[in-house]
Amino acid sequence: MTTMEWEAGARTAPRTVTGLGTAGLRGLRRPGLLLAIATLALVLGFAIAPGLFTAHDPLIGTAREALQAPSAAHWFGTDATGRDLFSRVVHGAVHSLGAAAIAVAVGLVAGTTIGLLAGSIGGLADSALMRLVDVLLSVPALLLALSVIILLGFGTTNAAIAVGVTSVATFARVSRAEVMRVRRTDYVEAAFGSGGTFLAVLRRHVLPNSLNAVIALAALQFGAAILAISTLGFLGYGAPPPTPEWGLLIAEGRTYVGTAWWLTTLPGLLVVAVVLSANRISQEISKGANR
Amino acid sequence: MTGRAVLSRLGQALLVIALAFTGAFVLLQALPGDAMLIKFENPDLGLSQAEIEAIRAAYGADTPIWQAYLHTLAGFLVGDFGYSIQNGTAVGGLIAEVLPQTALLAVLGFTTAVLLAVLIAFTATWARNPWLRNLLAALPSVFISVPVFWLAMVLIQVFSFQLGLIKVIGGGPVESLVLPVLTLAVPISAPLAQILVRSIEDVQRQPFVAVVRAKGASRWWVLTRNVARNALVPTLTIAGVLLGELIAGAVVTETVFGRAGIGRLTEQAVANQDVAVLQAIVVLAAVVFVVANLLVDLISPLIDPRLKKTVRTA
Repeated sequence: MTTMEWEAGARTAPRTVTGLGTAGLRGLRRPGLLLAIATLALVLGFAIAPGLFTAHDPLIGTAREALQAPSAAHWFGTDATGRDLFSRVVHGAVHSLGAAAIAVAVGLVAGTTIGLLAGSIGGLADSALMRLVDVLLSVPALLLALSVIILLGFGTTNAAIAVGVTSVATFARVSRAEVMRVRRTDYVEAAFGSGGTFLAVLRRHVLPNSLNAVIALAALQFGAAILAISTLGFLGYGAPPPTPEWGLLIAEGRTYVGTAWWLTTLPGLLVVAVVLSANRISQEISKGANR
Repeated sequence: MTGRAVLSRLGQALLVIALAFTGAFVLLQALPGDAMLIKFENPDLGLSQAEIEAIRAAYGADTPIWQAYLHTLAGFLVGDFGYSIQNGTAVGGLIAEVLPQTALLAVLGFTTAVLLAVLIAFTATWARNPWLRNLLAALPSVFISVPVFWLAMVLIQVFSFQLGLIKVIGGGPVESLVLPVLTLAVPISAPLAQILVRSIEDVQRQPFVAVVRAKGASRWWVLTRNVARNALVPTLTIAGVLLGELIAGAVVTETVFGRAGIGRLTEQAVANQDVAVLQAIVVLAAVVFVVANLLVDLISPLIDPRLKKTVRTA
């Protein structure tokens, strides 16, 4: 998704704050949304309690059972060293989702801070901060992430931070647009008029009312971060083997693309399902905000 | 756009390029400091202290940071991008060597993406069957959610191994381009198709379309003459933004398919901690991106005269 669409959405966002609660209620009438929530809940379960979903060890395999096709015993089949692929996918959730969460947190905190400052101070600070954002946007996300990685070194957390840096600009633009919109409303003017200090008005009125668009963006970025982190993992800059991180998992199946289709196809399908779900939920949150 | 607006937009573009260069310099050259020279101080290499000093001098490691900055800037301005830390060859030469391959891949990929997007958007807005409409309209959001490297492997699996249509190794130049181009095109076509669908729907709701239809124009006439033209500007704008995706896509595509190119060069630079190569690629990518978006902003008012009145500063 692109910044531009987001800004367009942010500008037309309404004044009311309707959040996750109503979105959840309306979900009962929408099977697609329900499916998205169920998918995310499932992989969240994978991350929190992998033992509930699989009895196989993700790191130790039986050589005798190497490269078996999916079956009742091994739902996703087994890899070249006889490890159960489903177990690896389940145990990998905590790495992939955790890294995506770190990435979103980095982008959210840094980006919203920049956007809030730029939008509420205005003037020269606004121009300076927004030029900085322009620069971040002018470098392709993957190249920016790789630059951060070359500086920080390889690893799951570093890859997560690198992906987070690439979303700072988007968060900054959306939150700035929201702040500009809220600032022009009558109640903010009234709050200033009745003697509110800058910081108090920012905290009590501007921040809560700007939040919805930012939350919708965070959900969207969560999906994008899973994709980006799996890409870095695939290229070999993320978690080191034998970590069952999803991107690395797919990369390991590369050698067997012609003979063991399940090694790449099945983990990849799960990634697609998770990203689709995150996008669907993001769409619902921003729709809830646009009512 | 007035002359003044054009000048201001130009100045803005130059400023962003200058800042991007500075950012890349700080991130990749100033911050890592001597980290990139640790490589040569590794005792396994058996270099004497004097040899290390000579290498440090050659790379300019001991010059003050502001001097290094000016030196690098002067070099970049005349097309001298420094030397690869990995093998000591000129970065400019490395890039020039593989640029044509990536350019070919990018142009073909982008063209395919546009064709795919137009096909999806036209059929999605044209179809009368609501089921088919929804299915086609949902396609881009699926495209967006697919990891590019996975798509590449699935394509290899299906077309090379299952169907046996395309040779994995030893295919002709055209044959070896088909799958990489498709891989590159799918994720880029998605946002394009989304914007196209949305703007086509927006335009179709406008009163003038009803007037043209009432005058007896066919649906096809309206779509190609009136609607498509009006949907062109938002599409062009997003196309400029998507240029960055092309470069990111090239990194993954060239790595999976083992093709030489800028993307592969980038991947190897990161693997070898070759900051000099990465710095040049990052700055070049920023320049291409800024220039392309500048062109889009300058061309847009020519396509849609309604934009002439507003000074666009984005």
